[in-house]
Order: sequence, then C-alpha cells, then structure tokens
Amino acid sequence: MASSSTNPLPDTALRPAGGPPFGSLPWAAIAQVAQRLLWGALSIGLFAGLWELCWALGWSDPKLLPPPHVFIGNIVDQAKFFNTVNRWQIGAGVGSGPSPAMAVVYTVLSSTGRVLTGLVIAFTLAITTGVAIRYFKLFERLTLPTITLLAPVSPIAWLPVAIFLFGIGNGPAVFMVVVALFFHMVLATITQIEGVNRNLINVARTMGATKRQIYARVVIPAILPGLFMVLRMNLFGAWMVVLIAEATGVGYGLGQVIMLARNTFNPSLVFFTIGLIGVLGFSFDFLLRQVQRKLLYWVPREVLSGL
Amino acid sequence: MVSKPVRPFSSKDAVVCRSVGKTWAEGTPRAHEALRGIDLDVAPNEFIALLGPSGCGKSTLLYLIAGLEAVSGGGIWSFGDPVEAPSPERSLIFQETSLFPWLSVWQNVSFGLSLQGVPADERKEAARRALARVGLSEAMDKRPDELSGGMRQRVAVARALAMRPKVLLMDEPFAALDVQTRAKMQDFLLDVWRSSGASVLFVTHHIDEAVALADRVVVFTSRPGRVKTIVPIDLPRPRDLFSPEAEALRRQLTALLQDEVDRAFAEQEALAAE
Repeated sequence: MASSSTNPLPDTALRPAGGPPFGSLPWAAIAQVAQRLLWGALSIGLFAGLWELCWALGWSDPKLLPPPHVFIGNIVDQAKFFNTVNRWQIGAGVGSGPSPAMAVVYTVLSSTGRVLTGLVIAFTLAITTGVAIRYFKLFERLTLPTITLLAPVSPIAWLPVAIFLFGIGNGPAVFMVVVALFFHMVLATITQIEGVNRNLINVARTMGATKRQIYARVVIPAILPGLFMVLRMNLFGAWMVVLIAEATGVGYGLGQVIMLARNTFNPSLVFFTIGLIGVLGFSFDFLLRQVQRKLLYWVPREVLSGL
Repeated sequence: MVSKPVRPFSSKDAVVCRSVGKTWAEGTPRAHEALRGIDLDVAPNEFIALLGPSGCGKSTLLYLIAGLEAVSGGGIWSFGDPVEAPSPERSLIFQETSLFPWLSVWQNVSFGLSLQGVPADERKEAARRALARVGLSEAMDKRPDELSGGMRQRVAVARALAMRPKVLLMDEPFAALDVQTRAKMQDFLLDVWRSSGASVLFVTHHIDEAVALADRVVVFTSRPGRVKTIVPIDLPRPRDLFSPEAEALRRQLTALLQDEVDRAFAEQEALAAE
C-alpha cells in the first residue's frame, strides 16, 4: 500500500500543503484538538449549568428532574440497578451477581456488542445486495421494488417481527439494528454506484477489464467513502433502536436499565443512563471516524473531517 | 451494422473512419446527432489534432475510436480490424484526472497489467519503466492526491504507455492545467509520441496547441460535427509559434473556426431561449 511519507520530492510541483515539517510535533493539530475539547466542555457545561441553576432557584423539582450533581453524585448507588440479570432469578438475593461496577461494564459491553454486530452485518449485507442489484438486472427487478417498499417502515414496526423470529435475547436486538440500517444502506449503495466517475470506469474498460473486474477493482473502492458516511449517519439510529429492542428483555442492556428506571420511578437512574448512552454514542462516532481514516486512506483528511 | 467502406484503406492505417455518424439517445425524443459522415485516415505514428468549437463531437469521435461507444452509422477500423470494443491497443487519456485515488502511482500505472494477472514484481518493474519515461520515477509510491495536476496527467500518460498502445487518444488532456504547465506538457508529449511510435489523436479547442503539436489539424464544424477541412502542418519541431508560417497557420485556423464558433454560439442561444 502507498505510504504517505512527509519527505517531499525534489519536484517543486509537489503539494506542500498539509503535513507538518520534519521532526517537530504537530502543534497546529494539537491546538485544534484542544480547542475542540474546550468548546465541547463549554457546551456541556452551559447545559448542565442552566439545569443546576433551575434547581438552585427552585424552579425544577429534584424528584422529577434531578440536576447533574445529584444523579452523577450517586453513581455508586445507581450502579447496582445495572445488574438486570440476576435480579429476576428466583431465589437470588439483592446482593448476588457481579459487583455494581462490573454490572455497569457488562451492560455497556452488551449493548455495544449488539450495536457493533448489527452494524457489521447491515453494512456487509447492504453492500452485497446493492452491488448485486446493479450487477444483475434480474436481481434488481426481483428485489428493488420490495426494498424500496420496506425502506420507509419505522424500525419500531419491526419489533414484533423481531420477537416472533428470534424470541427474547441478543437475536431480536441485533435484528432490529440490521433492519433499521439495511434498506437505507442498500438504496445508498445504488445511488453511490450511479455516482461513480465514468472516467474511472472507462479507463478500466479501455484496459480490457471485464464487468466483474470493473465492479471489484473500480466500483466498490469508489463507493466505500460515501457508504462509510451513510454508516456513520445511521450509527445514532442504531443506538436508538437497540434500546427499544433491549427493553423487551435481554440479559444485560441499557434498554433494560431504562425500563427498570421507568417502572420504579427513578429519574436519577434515567438521567444517568441517558448520559451514559450519550457518551457511548459519541465515542462510537469518534472510533468510526478513526476506522474511516484508516480504511479510506486515500480520501483527503480535510474531506473526511468535513463530512 | 457496418456498411461497406466507401473508400479503400490499407490494414497499415492506424485508424480509419468511414462515414462515421453518432446520434445520442437514438430513437427517443431526446435524440441528438453529434457526428455525421466522418471520413478520416490516420497513419502510424501520425500526430492528429482534432479542433472544433465545444460540443462539436470531437470527444465523441474519440470515444467511438476507443470502442467505448458504438457508432450509429459507418465504420471504424484500426490496423485492419473493425473497432467493436475497447482494446488496450487504443488508450484514452481524459481531460480530468482519471487516476484511481485509492491506488499508489505505480499501482495506477500497472493497473492494466494487474487485470491480466501479471505478478506484482513484474508489474512494479513495468511501472518503473513507464514512469521513468514521463520523468516521475521518484513518485512511484506517492498517492495521486499528493501530486500536482501536471504530474497527475503525466502519470495518466505513463499508465497509457504501460499498455504499449498503438493509438493514443487524448481528450483535451491539458485543458485543466495552467498555461506554463501546459507548454511543458506539450514538449513532454512530443517526446513521448516520438519514442512510443504510437499515433496520437489529440482533441483540443486551442489553436496554438494544434499548431504546436500536430502533423495535420482536422477542423470540425459545429453540431452535428463534420470534417470541415484538414490542414496539414509541415513545420519541423520544436516549432516557433511566432514564426511567419505559424502565424499564417494560426490566422487560417482562426478564420476556419470563427464561422463555426459563431454558428454554435447562435445555436446554443436559440436552445437556451426555448
């Protein structure tokens, strides 16, 4: 693979923009990250501050809308509710099962695992289907109308189907994520294929490429950047859907915690879980950006960060 | 649907066009005729410039000769064989960069060989040779987006050369470059043309470019494109564009083009008014 060394060629026509000079730390980049963190902290701080202010002025009832310092303050107290597995077992005491901290970890990992599995399955399945639709005319005629018909259906409507098909557990949660992403991503794949630069395809054709080679060597790499964008946009959707699926009953899961909090009227637990989900979704997006950068090494950084 | 050639031709001719016509979207209400009755013979190692107002179908003719599009009438032959599909013997170089952004420079250059299943070390060697010919040996492992526009077009030429083409089809390859780079690229192209022994069909709407490069300049009419006239240029290269001969040629070509540009302009205005 091509390595982008920072060593400039003697040729003066080379693009000097971008990379930092030899040996020095990329101060500009560090400053940029620091600035972004600062604004992030300020934004959250402003939101939390207004909330605290409402509480301090007595405008909001702490029993219903406990301010951040309250629901974050009793993290340790709340963590024990994350043990959603042993709680329901007959004969299990309140103290049995993993420690509260471990229960939080298990819960986060379980939900994350479901989202991740769903994303990978949906991405692979959608690209395969989308490419097959453009590659085989017959396949397009047989499947595209159905896919277009099902695309606007809300994932919530699939929940009963998920339960009919997979019962209770990981199955329906992953299925929900896949179903929420699959149809949109198939349609996005088709759009992306139509948008591939004709010159690239024509170059391959003049060099004697077969249809299969054109798809494998030109079309698929050309549509990956756009598809990855679609994937990232759908990531938050996946997090929303997985919570709904988890609420129906799985071992560990953030959806279970939310349901528990609702049923036991525990606003602190609700807000704590919401905060947790927010942080998770944000980190996930960050990670996907890193993957995108590695996987799509040829797309200029300015383009990726602008997306 | 290849009709019999009206004039005989030899199988030595690099490209032969006989009454070539092309109508886009044929048989639909949106049909429009791009080319009509093109007759053209290109000798081996001849440098032909195709000059005409924009939208006159010069590029279309290149696509037809490349075999990327089918003719609507007439026929095209290359070295005696009818052109029915794209072939590595006829390389097309585009106006915009058409390098694969996800491949390194040498992978781009050896893309055609990789399609044929040539092993990587052999491909790398072939790419090295082709890149040396365009003066870009050091850029082997660069990515296209790390190169300037002129360098990218040189890589595109190297990629075409790696296929050992007998005909180089160039669709305004330097149009996106600045004037200084363009002049350098013209010298470079003449070197490549001489050493490769390929015939070149070079589409341009720049009269200077045609005068600097071509053995013969084919002047097109505006839509539908027909061959208005063919102007031979018998000046030694490198050409002095300020010599009286070049000046006279430029004046002649400008006069030939002017009518067509005026006509094309009037037509476009009429279209826009519709």
